Amino acid sequence: MLQERIADLSKCVEPDRVRREVYTEPQIFELEMQRIHERVWIYCGHESQVAKPGDYYTVQVGRQPMLMVRGPDGSVSILYNRCPHRGNMMCGDRHGNAGEFFRCSYHAWTFHHDGRLRSIPMMESGYSGTRWGPDNPDCSMKRAARVESYRGFVFASLARDGPSLTEFLGASRVAFDDMCDRAPGGEVEIVPNCFRVIQHSNWKIFLENQLDALHPSVVHQSTGRAARDVEKAIEKKTGRAPLSYHMLSAFATVTIDKWDVFQTFNHPHGHCILGGYMGLRPKDPDTLAYEKIMQKAYGKQRAEQILGVNIHHVLIYPGLSVQSPLQQLRAVRPLGVDRTLTEIWHFRLKGAPEAIYRRSLAYYNLVNSPATLINADDLENFWKCHQGLSSDGGDWVTFGRHYGRDIEKDGMVETAPNCGTSEAPMRNQMKAWVQYMRG
Amino acid sequence: MKTQHEVEQFLYRQAELLDSKRWQDWIDLFARDGVYWMPADPAQKHWDGVPSIFAEDRNLMTVRMGRVLHPDAWSQRPLWGTNHVVSNVVIQKTSRNGDLEVRSRFHMMELRRDDVRHFAGSYSHHLVKTKKGYRIKLQRVDMTNAQAAYDYVLQVWV
Repeated sequence: MLQERIADLSKCVEPDRVRREVYTEPQIFELEMQRIHERVWIYCGHESQVAKPGDYYTVQVGRQPMLMVRGPDGSVSILYNRCPHRGNMMCGDRHGNAGEFFRCSYHAWTFHHDGRLRSIPMMESGYSGTRWGPDNPDCSMKRAARVESYRGFVFASLARDGPSLTEFLGASRVAFDDMCDRAPGGEVEIVPNCFRVIQHSNWKIFLENQLDALHPSVVHQSTGRAARDVEKAIEKKTGRAPLSYHMLSAFATVTIDKWDVFQTFNHPHGHCILGGYMGLRPKDPDTLAYEKIMQKAYGKQRAEQILGVNIHHVLIYPGLSVQSPLQQLRAVRPLGVDRTLTEIWHFRLKGAPEAIYRRSLAYYNLVNSPATLINADDLENFWKCHQGLSSDGGDWVTFGRHYGRDIEKDGMVETAPNCGTSEAPMRNQMKAWVQYMRG
Repeated sequence: MKTQHEVEQFLYRQAELLDSKRWQDWIDLFARDGVYWMPADPAQKHWDGVPSIFAEDRNLMTVRMGRVLHPDAWSQRPLWGTNHVVSNVVIQKTSRNGDLEVRSRFHMMELRRDDVRHFAGSYSHHLVKTKKGYRIKLQRVDMTNAQAAYDYVLQVWV
């Protein structure tokens, strides 16, 4: 029994190490779903995914199958994907348009887009005198306790109480601000494609890897080197290689000893930010044309401010990794203690030239597609991590790199100069984990 | 009949090169401006500018090859192999200059460690005739399971 082995969950986590059961124990996973994923704000999708009334998209929040749906009044609702009559799943497709109302495929109960009961076949003869009918809220589809969106990105919380979305996001809001501000129109819209990849490892292993600044030069050396060779050959022939080669070769040209230069910023609730390293502001004609449009839209000073933001990843704990300068994000959906689904989306900057879209699309295809040149090697390590942690070969995962050297200020933890590979992001995530798991 | 036979032989050879991991020989089957494309969505018409599982010219193919041959490509270390069967070869269009549009079906079984996966779908080859035989101008791969969630990822071309 879990209780016998781990009487106190907080004893599983020390500031610089974590018990392996935190990653492998099914009962802890169940508790995580209750106390973290089904309580805090979870990213559901972008409003432009459901552009027209009746458009819906299915999404998993914790263990709960939910629907994100657009109503006729323009509002977006998050509903449990379940008919209140006999529990039948309402929408069996991943996404689609429900028409003017939802209609259950079992007994034809119908519901408005906000979940309210619309009709039951032969209601009068079948239900008069019973407690079942439109006045009984138990006859409507259940709604998520709270729904809020920030700059078009929709989140749901299945708990009535808790901080507002903006309070919860705190400094990690920069993920959405940076992404949207880069659009001359101040908004992004979804590129209608979702890459879905299942990892055979615990969800936290993926999140911890996102801001692990030491791993790229070890794990992605093979692709970085291969890309650098081809990049050099193209440069020799034509003078300039497309930026996509640089995005890949940066994994090798930034050698292991250089990563300490970059910084991570670790905020409350487990959110973390990694500074940029790829140098995504070249001086090619496409970039210059885009910068001109930005200056026209925002004025010179503000445009410079926006384009000067230098972020690689923003991790919004416990389930979202955003790469704002490349307009893509990965939503993490835990499927089981050792199975994790990532849903990967790309966005278009409204009003930006086609060339800028294509540049980030190249990254989406090369790094984030199911034929990825980068994540393939990550997934291999995640699987191996989970395998190793399942053994009795040791009890702890250690997060000791640069421990004690981080700088605490203004309620956040920043890595010290030249300590960018600090395992501070992992320590920060586990700190939030303990706070949530205490309940 | 002769063209049908030549095309079939070409497709079988391409599959054989993949299964025997002769990556450079496989890449050399593509024309200088040849493209290998696996669309993310079967409704897509053209490879350029859309989300794609693969959209690779010879340069990107060379990156992929360089990666899998690197001793530190961790995901390449475990036991891994594929077996392709290609069939239902139909020449759909013959141009006056000898270019061909060819459609076929494939089935690929993949072994990785102890796990077997199956991928199946159709190839559409746009072939150009050269002195050295046919070369691929565009190979479109519509994998039937391309839209399902991927348990693990694809390492090389299908």
